[in-house]
Amino acid sequence: MTDQTQALQEQITAAYANKTACRIEGGNSKHFIGNPSAGEQVSTKNHTGIISYDASELVLTARSGTTLKEISAALAVNNQSLPFEPPAFSEHATIGGTIACNLSGPARAYSGAARDFVLGTRIINGKGEVLQFGGQVMKNVAGYDASRLMAGAYGTLGLLLEVSLKILPKAQTEITIKSQQSADAAINIINQLAGKYLPISASCYFDEHLYIRLNSSQQNCEAASQMICQQITAQPIESSAELWQQILEQQHVFFDTDQPVARISLPATSQHIAITGEQLIEWGGALRWLKTDQPIEQLRQTVQALGGHVSAYKNYPADTEYFQPLASGISILHKGLKNAFDPAGILNPGRLYKEL
Amino acid sequence: MSTTNTQQQLINAFSTVLPADAVLYNAEDLHPYECDGLSAFRQIPLMVVLPETVEQVQSIIKTCHQLQVPVIARGAGTGLSGGALPLSTGVLLSLAKFKQILDIDPLARTARVQPGVRNLAISEAVKSHGLYYAPDPSSQIACTIGGNVAENSGGVHCLKYGLTVHNILKLDIVTIDGELHSIGSDALDSPGYDLLALMTGSEGMLGVIVEVTVKLLPIPQQAKVIMASFDDVYKAGNAVASIISAGIIPAGLEMMDKLAIKAAEDFIHANYPLDAEAILLCELDGTEIEVNEMIPLAEKVLRDNGATETRLAKDDIERAKFWQGRKSAFPAVGRMSPDYYCMDGTIPKSELGNVLQQIADLSKEYNLPVANVFHAGDGNMHPLILYDANIEGELERTEEFGAKILEACVQAGGTITGEHGVGVEKIDSMCVQFKSAELSQFHAIKKAFDPDTLLNPGKAVPTLHRCAELGAMHVHDGKLPHPELPRF
Ligand SMILES: Cc1cc2nc3c(=O)[nH]c(=O)nc-3n(C[C@H](O)[C@H](O)[C@H](O)COP(=O)(O)OP(=O)(O)OC[C@H]3O[C@@H](n4cnc5c(N)ncnc54)[C@H](O)[C@@H]3O)c2cc1C
Repeated sequence: MTDQTQALQEQITAAYANKTACRIEGGNSKHFIGNPSAGEQVSTKNHTGIISYDASELVLTARSGTTLKEISAALAVNNQSLPFEPPAFSEHATIGGTIACNLSGPARAYSGAARDFVLGTRIINGKGEVLQFGGQVMKNVAGYDASRLMAGAYGTLGLLLEVSLKILPKAQTEITIKSQQSADAAINIINQLAGKYLPISASCYFDEHLYIRLNSSQQNCEAASQMICQQITAQPIESSAELWQQILEQQHVFFDTDQPVARISLPATSQHIAITGEQLIEWGGALRWLKTDQPIEQLRQTVQALGGHVSAYKNYPADTEYFQPLASGISILHKGLKNAFDPAGILNPGRLYKEL
Repeated sequence: MSTTNTQQQLINAFSTVLPADAVLYNAEDLHPYECDGLSAFRQIPLMVVLPETVEQVQSIIKTCHQLQVPVIARGAGTGLSGGALPLSTGVLLSLAKFKQILDIDPLARTARVQPGVRNLAISEAVKSHGLYYAPDPSSQIACTIGGNVAENSGGVHCLKYGLTVHNILKLDIVTIDGELHSIGSDALDSPGYDLLALMTGSEGMLGVIVEVTVKLLPIPQQAKVIMASFDDVYKAGNAVASIISAGIIPAGLEMMDKLAIKAAEDFIHANYPLDAEAILLCELDGTEIEVNEMIPLAEKVLRDNGATETRLAKDDIERAKFWQGRKSAFPAVGRMSPDYYCMDGTIPKSELGNVLQQIADLSKEYNLPVANVFHAGDGNMHPLILYDANIEGELERTEEFGAKILEACVQAGGTITGEHGVGVEKIDSMCVQFKSAELSQFHAIKKAFDPDTLLNPGKAVPTLHRCAELGAMHVHDGKLPHPELPRF
């Protein structure tokens, strides 16, 4: 447990003075997400430690370099967890990197995203100033919500020093049921079910099967499972935890490929996108992974028309714009915000968009 | 340019896009707009406009931008921090005519609504689909969804179901250049910065919200409420922490102290125990199985923490009654005193007893009674200071008292506002909560959206100059005058 605030601040202050780019890095487990960004390495790896955690407050504050592994272990002692179920992709994954990428796992559609659980942050902006936003309480509307703004900013607005997160108790039991369905039927079923008060905590569709995870008390899970199984011809599976772990960490065979994988974010009820290539559907239909050789520009057009967006998730040519380009008015607001936090443009330049 | 000149120019410009009755500038027409729910602050605006199309809003804002006239958006005017307080030199832009629910998609569980739609009207409109909109401010029969987004409003059910920011998907906003932007999306995320989060709670200072897509949730099969009485507010505070530690997340967990209980009981006759020092209302919802499992557990935790009585509402009628007392607590307190001043600090739950004690001490010191009623589950306190504005100096003393409560909240590791916003009311307390670099960062964010500071100027974020003058902060040499005060 060490506090590297001063050293990190000195590094960024010097970079600001010299106008040199900084490449912020935690456990380097998310290096493949976003555009490549050049610059001098600024590492949060040694800025570690859980600063405070009180189970009855449902709040944990940790330095950005603290590993997800350490945090999960601390929470598990009190039977609590990070409700957004972040993927780690490596045992070195840090909480800072997780929040900077706004990464959430299978529970996303039902519990919320990483950003939803951010209560406060302490950051260093591009001028080397240490700033504290939000706090360690559940509700806080003093000032603009600069904390949540950090989630998904990929370090382009500030280096995260600390994050305070809302946590929740873990459910007692988990049951997963499996049902053979067409993609369109599966999308319809899972959305219909989400409109009922049921303990659904994740869903996934691949290989012509819909998987639904239930998390609650034993009795409640069993009742829900029976109710759903009657409605759609489904059965509980044996290896529930293993399945979701594979989906979460992308160790599932689907992700074991050299083909480009597109991450498609869509309104959950959108019909199955009929593009050749294997698909894996998560988040009640709102997240679709597609293996495709179709040029990304074309795919982006199709998906945008449906109200969604596409990231060039992996195996795309190096010069591909990683995230879907922004509308011009929104892009101007982005540049304004970047300039507000990082006027010299030294923090992870280009990682999110080439112009930021 | 003189005010009358500007007014005439505005009238001329607006008359080409708005019907005559949508442009108000005569004194008697302007009066209803002079304040919001914080009536201690009043100001007649230069004029009021009541557009009903997005194009009209764009055109109004473009004109104001051109003439460099401030624009203040207003929903229902129920805000409690003076966020919609007009400026004598500004145009008050009322969204009152934007009342349409544009689309309900039961399968996707979303509704697309105009900003002037009342909070409760959304839940009423989607009820037949078994759905509802979760954030439920006590003002929900009157306040608008646009105002809710601008304040990131919360309510009794936010502990379990989240605040406004957690329950919206997409916004259409008009920025000060008159441009229309769509932020967020019907999907679960969008590329780029989280502008949706930034807009939420921005108090009308970054853009005017002209459309909101909200998330809808399935109505729980069952909800039950336990009312627990305590002979000591400390014990009630500890019970709150114990409930959460037991792994229970109630749908609502609210506390009222003796004075608030009395006020509500006199007003609503909810059958509250008048001899209790505090009551907790603990609502558990979910499937029938879940609720039946949790009720005995919660009752046990409450009794273990010294509840002198726990009463389970026997049916939905009694349950509604218990809640009605709580939801009417503000007006109920209003009947006891000519005026009341509602604070909104939020603290870690473990500090509840401590801060309540400080408030009680301050109440003696200022000789002003306080009723406490609040969202205990998330530590969001609403001390209501009772005062009489007709007694000379009493408002000023009340404000000073209120500011001290907020300082106590900050010292306890909390914040000056949990859900009502900063507005004009708490602007000086912002100097206590934030350092100058942080305030400067807020100003820089504002500039990225509104370089000429025309949208709701002077609200929410104090100038460094103001903080310096207040003596709350020395900006000259970077040293703080109260180094003993914890700041983050
Ligand atoms: C009795 C009572 C109980 C209350 N209980 C609660 C509660 O439990 N929880 C809670 O959170 N609040 C509560 N409030 C406060 C208030 O109701 C909320 O802040 C509400 O969201 C304000 O909505 P409004 O439509 O009245 O907004 P207004 O008061 O009109 O405006 C509030 C702010 O939002 C801005 N604004 C309004 N509309 C727009 C728009 N379309 N675009 C951009 N900016 C806009 C205004 O400029 C202003 O800054 C209560 C108020 C009262 C009087």
